[in-house]
Amino acid sequence: MIIAIVTIAALATLFGLLLGYAAMRFHVEGDPIADQIDKLLPQTQCGQCGHPGCRPYANAIANGEDDINRCAPGGEATIIALADLLGRDPVPMDEGIDEKAPSVALIIEKECIGCTLCIQACPVDAILGAAKQMHTVIERECTGCELCLPPCPVECIVMIPIEEGIGNWIWPYPDNDHRDLSLSREAL
Amino acid sequence: MSATAPLTLGHFHGGIHMPDHKAESTTQPVAAVKIPPQLILPLQQHIGAPAKAVVSAGEHVLKGQLIAAASGRVSAPIHAPTSGVISAIEDHLVPHSSGLSARCIIIDTDGRDEWAELPPPIDDFTSADNAVLIERIRESGIVGLGGATFPSSIKMEARNNSIDTLIINAAECEPYITCDDMLMREQADQIVSGIRIIQHILGAKRCLIGIEDNKPEAIKSMSAAVAAASLQHTDVVTVPTLYPSGGERQLTLLLTGKEVPSHGIPANIGIVCQNVGTVYAIADAVLKGRPLISRIVTITGEGVAQPQNVYSLIGTSAGELVSQAGGYTGKANQLICGGPMMGYSMPTDEVPVTKGVNCLLVASEQDCPPPEPATACIRCGKCAEACPAQLLPQQLYWHSRSRNFDKAQDYHLFDCIECGCCSHVCPSHIQLVHYYRFAKTQIWSKEKEKIKADHARQRHEARVARLERIAAERKARMRKKKAVLKSKKGGGDSAKKAVIAAAVKRAAAKKSAAMAATDSNQSATE
Repeated sequence: MIIAIVTIAALATLFGLLLGYAAMRFHVEGDPIADQIDKLLPQTQCGQCGHPGCRPYANAIANGEDDINRCAPGGEATIIALADLLGRDPVPMDEGIDEKAPSVALIIEKECIGCTLCIQACPVDAILGAAKQMHTVIERECTGCELCLPPCPVECIVMIPIEEGIGNWIWPYPDNDHRDLSLSREAL
Repeated sequence: MSATAPLTLGHFHGGIHMPDHKAESTTQPVAAVKIPPQLILPLQQHIGAPAKAVVSAGEHVLKGQLIAAASGRVSAPIHAPTSGVISAIEDHLVPHSSGLSARCIIIDTDGRDEWAELPPPIDDFTSADNAVLIERIRESGIVGLGGATFPSSIKMEARNNSIDTLIINAAECEPYITCDDMLMREQADQIVSGIRIIQHILGAKRCLIGIEDNKPEAIKSMSAAVAAASLQHTDVVTVPTLYPSGGERQLTLLLTGKEVPSHGIPANIGIVCQNVGTVYAIADAVLKGRPLISRIVTITGEGVAQPQNVYSLIGTSAGELVSQAGGYTGKANQLICGGPMMGYSMPTDEVPVTKGVNCLLVASEQDCPPPEPATACIRCGKCAEACPAQLLPQQLYWHSRSRNFDKAQDYHLFDCIECGCCSHVCPSHIQLVHYYRFAKTQIWSKEKEKIKADHARQRHEARVARLERIAAERKARMRKKKAVLKSKKGGGDSAKKAVIAAAVKRAAAKKSAAMAATDSNQSATE
């Protein structure tokens, strides 16, 4: 009886120490799940999900505080990717969130008064300018989050949809009812 | 060394036999085309970054003058194909499978065909520096004329003499297309000069010219030219007619027995492959100083009155070329850029000929019957038998169709050369290649998005870090200021107190002194 108790106690102590050591030795900084979720988010930092940026939303998903269907710029593809990562079933986009075509901000430079409010609002530093000087959007860096629109006192920022060109054209999904490829008679 | 070595060393998997339809367009010599009233020159005629226009609307340009400069290493400049006035730089339909428009330079020609001052010919190229020759090829805007349009100068760059074989791709395996065939019949001598230049630059010991056996006249003329120039270790190799023997990987395998690694290029196994038209253009650039401003284009099909090959200025519209070839016949049904296997149909004939356009096929319904409705895949495996890249087209099809792109890549989607053999043999008429192209462009677009997202994350994190740093610095400054103020305030108090105390002390001392004085006075008076 005593031998059994002593043995069990000794084993428990041993494994306890082992687990304690492993927890310290293999400690992971940060939250790996939130990191992986963050990698799937489009990084527009637009806040349409109700969180102040992609990382906070990733943390909220990781902690089970929010659902995976609130990322508007990511759209269905992001929902599916998140569902895949987290082993959940994909759900339709949250009703309060409307998907938009990708676009970039453009400052109508004639109307800009140089108040710098949009510069402070831009999450990726894509707006260039100084107080009382005209501002401009660096198109390449703009994520299209629209966060610069509300602070502008003269409403001189507009969103321009990204045009489809040869560089970003995607071959259409083939359908069985084939496109009519023949030249129209007038073209000949 | 014999000029012809009819034996090939390897063979590739699959491939298909089909009627070649080459005789129609080879009955007459290559014709010169009269200068069209307008030329449309897209800034993107090559793989890589689009060229940057260096002229503006209203400017007069001369034939051969640089009108758009290369922007980056993988890019190519564009030259004016004839003299005239730049009428606009605007969006115009371009030859592309999307049927979309892109930025073009539009020249209203003046008909004088006046040459600009050209760079001097490099006659003695054997004593010229490689860098000079490569720079000449680069500044002449030469790209792969077989259709891939990859800037040729990059293929020539130094690889520590690791290249031992130069392959000249003259197989021209796609039906209907005959521009390389006609070029070899008529310009074999200049092609041989081009081969000597490329061989000199690469230091390649051996050269193999691969021609399909359905072009006996080209084989004869090339063999004669090689023999006349008494080129060492250069062989004209006749390869059996089997589509797609003109694919770079397939031809390399045929001629050398070596396989180009997946995701690799022929240079990885000591081989450089150049199209025969490119070789001709390189000779033009080095020996005559002429930039790439024209090319041979095959105009063929039952929909055109006189099928033939023409020397077309780059930028000539398809309609203009068709009218040069006698115009449309009543059978014209589709206008295809390229051949029936890998070409794409164009919405109108206003689309210009670019550096990569080798053929305009005005197809009748017999030439290119409308695709039959696709039915379900029956897993017959014919596509796998026909695939020259030894892929599993069915698996690629399933995964591309269900948008399972990771899986499609596991089945080596990017080794697919889009030759169309699988679609051609499919008894269910499934447009297999469409699915692969869809999957490839989707994957590229996702990759681009991911790069953009990573970049945005980096910038956002940098911004957050900066704002935190600024806030922390401000806090630290405030704290310091407060401390200074406090210490000043505290110090001032005690100093004041000390001063007051000292003053009180002094006053007290004075008082006591005065008191003492009066006391003594009093005592004195007493």
